[in-house]
Amino acid sequence: MSGYIKNEEAGHWLCNACGTELTFGMIEVHYMGSGYPVELPSCPKCGQVFITEDLATIKMAEIEKLLEDK
Amino acid sequence: MEQNELRELEHLCIQECAPWCVSTCPIHVDVRAICRAMAQKDFVTASQLVRKTIPFPRIISKICDHPCEKTCKRGELGDAIAIRSLERAALDWASSENVRVRILPAKNKRVAIVGAGLSGLTAAIDLARKGYECLVIESADRPGGSILDYPETDLPKSEIEADFQILSDSKIALEFHKKLGKDCSITDIGNRYDAVYLGIGGRTLDAVETACFSGKKLEIDPVTFETGFKGVFAGGSIRRLDTLYSPITSISDGRRAAISIDRFLQGVSITASRDNEGPYQTRLFTSMVGVEYGDRIPAVSPHGDYSEEEAVDEAQRCLTCECMECVKVCEFLSSFEGYPKKYVRQIYNNLSIVMGQRHGNKLINSCSLCGLCKEVCPEDLHMGNVCKAAREIMVSRNKMPPSTHEFAIQDMEFSNSDKCSLIRHQPGTDSSAFVFFPGCRLSGSLPQNVQNAYRFLTQCLSNGVGLILGCCGAPAEWAGRQEDFCRVSEHILEKWHEMGSPTVIAACSSCYEIFRKSLPQNKLRSLWEIIDTYGIPDDSHKHVGITLAIHDPCSSRHEPGVHRSVRNILEKLGCDVHELGLSRNLTECCGYGGLMCFANRDLVSRVINRRIRSSPHDFVTYCAVCQDHFLSQGKNTMHLLELVFEKRGSENVLNRPVSYSSIRQGRLFLKRSLLREFWRDNLNSTQENEMIKLYLSDTIQDLMACRMILTDDVQKVIQFAEQSGRKLVNKSNGHFLAHHTLGNVTCWVEYSSFEEGFVIHNVYSHRMKVLEASGS
Repeated sequence: MSGYIKNEEAGHWLCNACGTELTFGMIEVHYMGSGYPVELPSCPKCGQVFITEDLATIKMAEIEKLLEDK
Repeated sequence: MEQNELRELEHLCIQECAPWCVSTCPIHVDVRAICRAMAQKDFVTASQLVRKTIPFPRIISKICDHPCEKTCKRGELGDAIAIRSLERAALDWASSENVRVRILPAKNKRVAIVGAGLSGLTAAIDLARKGYECLVIESADRPGGSILDYPETDLPKSEIEADFQILSDSKIALEFHKKLGKDCSITDIGNRYDAVYLGIGGRTLDAVETACFSGKKLEIDPVTFETGFKGVFAGGSIRRLDTLYSPITSISDGRRAAISIDRFLQGVSITASRDNEGPYQTRLFTSMVGVEYGDRIPAVSPHGDYSEEEAVDEAQRCLTCECMECVKVCEFLSSFEGYPKKYVRQIYNNLSIVMGQRHGNKLINSCSLCGLCKEVCPEDLHMGNVCKAAREIMVSRNKMPPSTHEFAIQDMEFSNSDKCSLIRHQPGTDSSAFVFFPGCRLSGSLPQNVQNAYRFLTQCLSNGVGLILGCCGAPAEWAGRQEDFCRVSEHILEKWHEMGSPTVIAACSSCYEIFRKSLPQNKLRSLWEIIDTYGIPDDSHKHVGITLAIHDPCSSRHEPGVHRSVRNILEKLGCDVHELGLSRNLTECCGYGGLMCFANRDLVSRVINRRIRSSPHDFVTYCAVCQDHFLSQGKNTMHLLELVFEKRGSENVLNRPVSYSSIRQGRLFLKRSLLREFWRDNLNSTQENEMIKLYLSDTIQDLMACRMILTDDVQKVIQFAEQSGRKLVNKSNGHFLAHHTLGNVTCWVEYSSFEEGFVIHNVYSHRMKVLEASGS
């Protein structure tokens, strides 16, 4: 999973607490005992991530189903 | 599920059983497929099907004694299909050549066939194809045997010649003018050949027995065609001395004898797996409901042969017999594009997978377990039981997808938590002759009417009417979670015993069905039977002149007493009751049963749509889930409790179904409200996050329902974000975006502040865990 969130999507958001722009980096996602590094935007100071509606409801849902049916 | 269980279940489904025409045909010509092809004007496919099974199609399509037509199902309402004429038309109107003969590599074994009639020639062709060297010995000067007796008008010689081309194509040697017992001896043949088939007809039998078998009668085994003499097989007209000549049976004899000869020469069992050879009784069921009387299409041609158009018209009369009784009435069974026999196999395979994708999970979890399939199945196959057993196995092996039923199970736990559950004797008493169990869904959807019903019961029944609020455990039972179900069920039973084992009055059919299995029969009543017995309240609104179509919940299927009571109540209310085509024991599920709606949302939508289209009238039902499901697709649906207790007409129906969140709110409200009215107890259990005021548009509420996100979840996310400050802010519109992991689900909420609360702009969730850095 890489490049699922576009720069411009992440560019709309700031970390409220830190006041910083989000930056892309590899972040681990896990489900059903499997883990993947995913390039996701997050706050460089506090680590808060940003996941879009599309990523959650389409791609992540698809992978969740695949892993659940394994 | 063991292999033998699978076989037994598969055997129950008769969809793959042959239609009557095919099972009656001694060589099982696929008449149904031929008719289906011709009905679509596909003569090429039809002729290929004819040629595939019949070694001499031109001859047979002229003189077949067609036993198939005697058992044709179409014949029960008018004329049977003109099967032989259709086979003839298939050959006449298709441009295809004779089937190319494919011969297997030579086996280095030789078979002698005595008699060049249809049985002998069929045996020779079948054996030659398998690679045996075949010699046909015939006393006459040409092949054909009995068929040569037919007049030219019935069977032109040209047809015989055309069909017999296959003999030379199959490299079958023929010797004429050789009479067994005169020109050659059986000993001599036996010395030179590895097996012998006698297809000598009846006329020379005595002479052959005398000359070749020392006068001993040939006793032909009706299954294997063995004669008692090793390596010697016999069949054809020789077996039917007292009956009319049957060309198709002669072909069948030759074919079946060839199977025995092949097995004999290969040294394998001749008797194993010989079921259903020749004509047999099929187990198939085909409904004649809706079939109209129909005469055979006459042939205009003086020869009686069909034109192309006539043949298509006649083929279109074929019922293409099949069962599909359950598939016809079940959206679930039809949506997976198969039928139970296939599904049982898929489920078994799914359970057998050790590594790899389990593609059958959705099939298993989509069934409503409602049992309508069993009601209509001629063999009583209950796919719901199959799916439920599969779910229990998946749960026990930890292979049930965790997301499928989690929401429903959490909802059950919520209902049984201290927030909603309540177990009390009637105020002012310390014992209960009865206990009202309204069930969790009704409590959440129609709390005020549950309260009305409880008040009614306390007024008309004496010796104490206790109350139990909670869930009966049906969601756990449907999810295959036996452990959870037993825990819930045992808890209820324990409390019931503590109350003095009162008679349970259930309002919900699913609770009733669950309690049926755990409570003594005389300790369970339906709320509807009580209302019917004691009469509707005097001040009930009368719905005179209003017609309502009654939808029986699927869990009431086997409760005729409940069906009667409900209809009596409606009559007392003045309603005109319209019976749906599928009602009472044949009623359909609304799409909630078996937790279908959590496994297959698209299917539920079709299930609801199918049901609500079955009548133009508004619906009345006595299950809160059914009501919500029908309302969700715009069908005006009343709950019977609304008609009994509310002082308004049925036209003032709710225009929106209740949401999961409002159902939870309803349960909380009910407990508080009942405690206040009956026990003078003011419960104050509002949690901190419940104080967070939300502004939810209809669109957002629909989205939350679709994504199974509760108001409570949204409140928790906002509470977390506002307290921790952990949220993102949108540079252009100032919206906040926050997320919080609640159990196994991470919920995201986009919101903004408004007055003393929050406007929700978007909600979504995922189950994958994101390993977020805690920050520097």
